[in-house]
Amino acid sequence: MEYAAGKYDIIVVGAGHAGCEAGLAAARLGCRTLVLTLNLDYVALMPCNPAVGGPAKAHLVREVDALGGEIGLNTDRTSIQMRLLNTGKGPAVHALRAQADKLQYQNRMKWTLEKQQGLDLKQALVDKILVSKGKVCGVVTSTGARFEAGAVVLTTGTYLKGRIIIGDLSYPGAPNGQFPSVHLSESLAELGIKLGRFKTGTPARVDRSSIDFSRMSIQPGDLKLYNFSFVSDVTSREQIPCWLTYTNEMTHRIILDNLYRAPLYTGAIRGRGPRYCPSIETKVIRFSDKPAHQVFIEPEGRDTAEMYVQGMSTSLPEDVQLAMLRTMPGLERVEMMRPGYAIEYDFIIPNQLKWSLETKAVPGLFTAGQINGTSGYEEAAAQGIVAGINAAHYLRDLEPLVLSRTEAYTGVMIDDLVTKEIDEPYRMLTSRAEYRLLLRQDNADLRLTDKGYQIGLVSPERYRSMEQKKKLVDEEKERLERTVLPVTEEVKKILSELKTAEIPQQGSSLAGLLRRPEMVYKKLLRLPLEHPQLPEEVCEQVEIQVKYGGYIKKQEAQVERSRRLEEKKIPEELDYTKVGGLSAEAREKLEIIRPGSVGQASRIVSVTPADISVLLIYLEQYRRQKKKQI
Amino acid sequence: MIEDTIAAISTPLGEGGIGIVRISGPDAAEITGKIFRAGHKKNFLKENRRLVYGHIIDSKGEDLDEVLLCYMKAPHTYTREDIVEINCHGGIVPLRKVLEQVLAQGARLAQPGEFSKRAFLNGRLDLAQAESVIDLIRSKTEGSLYLAISQLKGNLSKKILELQERLLGLLAQVEANIDFPEEDLEAATGQVIIQSSEEILKELEKMVRSADSGKVYREGISTIIIGRTNVGKSSLLNALLRENRAIVTDIPGTTRDIIEEIINIRGIPLKIMDTAGLRETNDLVERIGVEKTRETINKADLVLVVLDAVRGLTDEDYAILDLIGEKKALFLINKVDAGEEKMRIKESDARKLAQKRPVLWVSAEKRIGLGQLEEEIFEMVMGGRITGPDNILVANIRHKQVLEKGARHLSEAILGIRQEVPVDVVAIDIRSAWEALGEITGSTATEDLLDRIFEDFCIGK
Repeated sequence: MEYAAGKYDIIVVGAGHAGCEAGLAAARLGCRTLVLTLNLDYVALMPCNPAVGGPAKAHLVREVDALGGEIGLNTDRTSIQMRLLNTGKGPAVHALRAQADKLQYQNRMKWTLEKQQGLDLKQALVDKILVSKGKVCGVVTSTGARFEAGAVVLTTGTYLKGRIIIGDLSYPGAPNGQFPSVHLSESLAELGIKLGRFKTGTPARVDRSSIDFSRMSIQPGDLKLYNFSFVSDVTSREQIPCWLTYTNEMTHRIILDNLYRAPLYTGAIRGRGPRYCPSIETKVIRFSDKPAHQVFIEPEGRDTAEMYVQGMSTSLPEDVQLAMLRTMPGLERVEMMRPGYAIEYDFIIPNQLKWSLETKAVPGLFTAGQINGTSGYEEAAAQGIVAGINAAHYLRDLEPLVLSRTEAYTGVMIDDLVTKEIDEPYRMLTSRAEYRLLLRQDNADLRLTDKGYQIGLVSPERYRSMEQKKKLVDEEKERLERTVLPVTEEVKKILSELKTAEIPQQGSSLAGLLRRPEMVYKKLLRLPLEHPQLPEEVCEQVEIQVKYGGYIKKQEAQVERSRRLEEKKIPEELDYTKVGGLSAEAREKLEIIRPGSVGQASRIVSVTPADISVLLIYLEQYRRQKKKQI
Repeated sequence: MIEDTIAAISTPLGEGGIGIVRISGPDAAEITGKIFRAGHKKNFLKENRRLVYGHIIDSKGEDLDEVLLCYMKAPHTYTREDIVEINCHGGIVPLRKVLEQVLAQGARLAQPGEFSKRAFLNGRLDLAQAESVIDLIRSKTEGSLYLAISQLKGNLSKKILELQERLLGLLAQVEANIDFPEEDLEAATGQVIIQSSEEILKELEKMVRSADSGKVYREGISTIIIGRTNVGKSSLLNALLRENRAIVTDIPGTTRDIIEEIINIRGIPLKIMDTAGLRETNDLVERIGVEKTRETINKADLVLVVLDAVRGLTDEDYAILDLIGEKKALFLINKVDAGEEKMRIKESDARKLAQKRPVLWVSAEKRIGLGQLEEEIFEMVMGGRITGPDNILVANIRHKQVLEKGARHLSEAILGIRQEVPVDVVAIDIRSAWEALGEITGSTATEDLLDRIFEDFCIGK
């Protein structure tokens, strides 16, 4: 029996990493928000790796944080280890990576949702999307509750028609013994939304007390304290180490001997899996000349014996899993607490979305996270906050938040999703960002705080403090360019102590000196001049912006060149059959994707430069004709 | 709107006395200032819409060509941008040199129909004219696309593809190290990058040099003269050479061992392939064998088949016809001077052989029918039945520009590593080099890079 269960502004279906951000953003923007989840004990669940961040993903976390999201703060407060990766490379690819205490992460996020004003959190399985007059108007749960809302955000993760596969065992299911969501897929199909099927997997969890750590190498966290959030209040952190061991010939032999029982190779798994996260069986087959593969043993939390076996994602039968684990140094007597498994699930082919993450088919219906074909908590969170903001903007008839490829990784990701053909779960990588040097994790606040403030998710104090930082950075940069270091005996002595060459007779600007490879900002402070006392994050910005100024300018010039096509908007109602001179293939793609700008059109596979010229001419014709009509 | 500055040869290539190089865009005047030396101490900038006499000079300040130049200030121009038109001496060589100077100073080679496209987008043309601009873009681009593909079969493009692949491999290694820092991958150290980059750079520079010397890029319609022994091939070549100015000597750095001859037929350069062979043994098939001949024929844009009117058709002739297949060809029945009673080839036989391709009765010895032959070749090219020299020229200049761009980016990458710039930053320059070459080969999607990363490296948790 269906019954009227309540009225909200926005309903978020799912409380994973996308759903939490979407719900919080919507509620914080003053919308009455309902977040529905299959299981209240699994809010913000990390069903795979207990880690947040890493290259490109850390960038996403910081961007969400700058926009006023929660993932950064939640990670900072529940992390049990942090490391800055890629420190041997340039600042644009430095990447913070945290090991989180999974349960604490869930609990703190759930509590954040629970205490959020204007947000109701309920346990329910959504079966149906309600549509009236072509627009979304609510959802119905499996227990018959009908909730009304002006906008709905779907963040259903891997739960849509989920199927778990372990060896020859296969059953409809979802992570951690939960139900899949079966009817929602059908409801989406009825609304004319095309679904695809992906596969992903996770390794076994093993018992800490059954591991001999003396046979592995320790991987400690960094001594220096780092935080994701620009406004974090965490000042100290206990660092629990990870451990490293390797597979060997025996491991590989066991895998190869049991391939006939591997669903990936028997054809039992049809969904496409991610190449960056292959199962151990795939790695052993594809790179057969590699004698050993790395395996990291990572703690899942402070108060649990479960350890995550990174590098060993698998859907081999349970007995094979145990046997192969026990071939590795330190794991000879290991006890498995949960087996690894593969999971297949439905996703929405994301070229059916707009940049705002609203579906083109149903106004008011937004989607975010794994349902859009992505993978990763960070990717989900970044889409979640965008979808939550845009659901609120939709209700208020405001312009949607659309981040461009030139201002955020989030923008790169969403543009890729809606423009490209996604044929494996999409993971953010720094190589996907063409303006990587501009989109650093260290400047996410400078890039996006302003936007978060305009939207209303960032407090005025935080905005002012970012503006203050910007001002200090600019002033200090100017000082370094302006100040000429004279050649004195004292200066010469200090320069030699700093192990850098002498400066020319006419002196050198401090900025010029800082650009030397061996120089860092802190060393400048030793020179006999008056230096301002600046906060560490200001010094960091100054150093990066001065040292890499030449390259940053180069990328800014690239952005400038691309701007013309990006700014050329394509009207939503454009009829591509009327654009004479387009190739048939390009026309077909353009009709499906309906790009928002000529720049986006140019990124569509099979749209050629000639098609773009033709499109530009048509748009000009169109514009003139419209003008005539008025 | 921010536009770059474009340039192209805007007159059809031919023997007309004058050819025009047109430059349009915000930097047109600045670029011209760097390459133009006006006579009579005139400042061309002050002579808006008037012809100024002077010389185009190269980077060393030496004269390239004597020209008349016209500067037209925006917005009252065809494209509504600043335009400079340089009236050069016609013919492919001076035009190309002037255009290359313009490009070297920062202009970009215009895309097909791009002047008209700008004219329309800037409001210069009316709506009715837009259709013709679209047609122009479409047909010309498809033409040059076809050309790009046909050139991909050549050694040159194979080489470019290979270099692009190598750059991609290098980039994949750098990027894999950045995106997967905890995998035990082979490190992309500065050493590794410098070594690979220098190797690739050397190849690129070699190709740019050979483009300059004209060895690789000799423009022209590749033509082959074929026929059995003593049918009169070399007399035909000599007759054509005598009557037509060969422009080959105009290209600096031309070496003597080139086995091609260029003859100029009403401004259309024909590159006669394997002329050395023609002269020495007088028989291509015999000298290089059937397979090689077939290959040479395949490379040719045009085949001139010579048959002997007096000796009639032999099995050998039929074998040659087989080799030619459906190639664009002209059939020349030689030795018509021998008199009608000695003719052993009938008009109808010849038509059957030619399969709708033109048949001409000539005498190479007595220079009979050569005018007609030239007429026919000219018609075939201008009528579009053979890819014209415009396209070839444009493709060649484009290739050279791209190679130079690739080399420049790669040099910057090497310099960066030497100055201890981090590898992820240097990767920007490597990527730019890779993308530059992609302008010829057509693909530089991020997906290619990711494919390569996952192909080459074992990655994953």
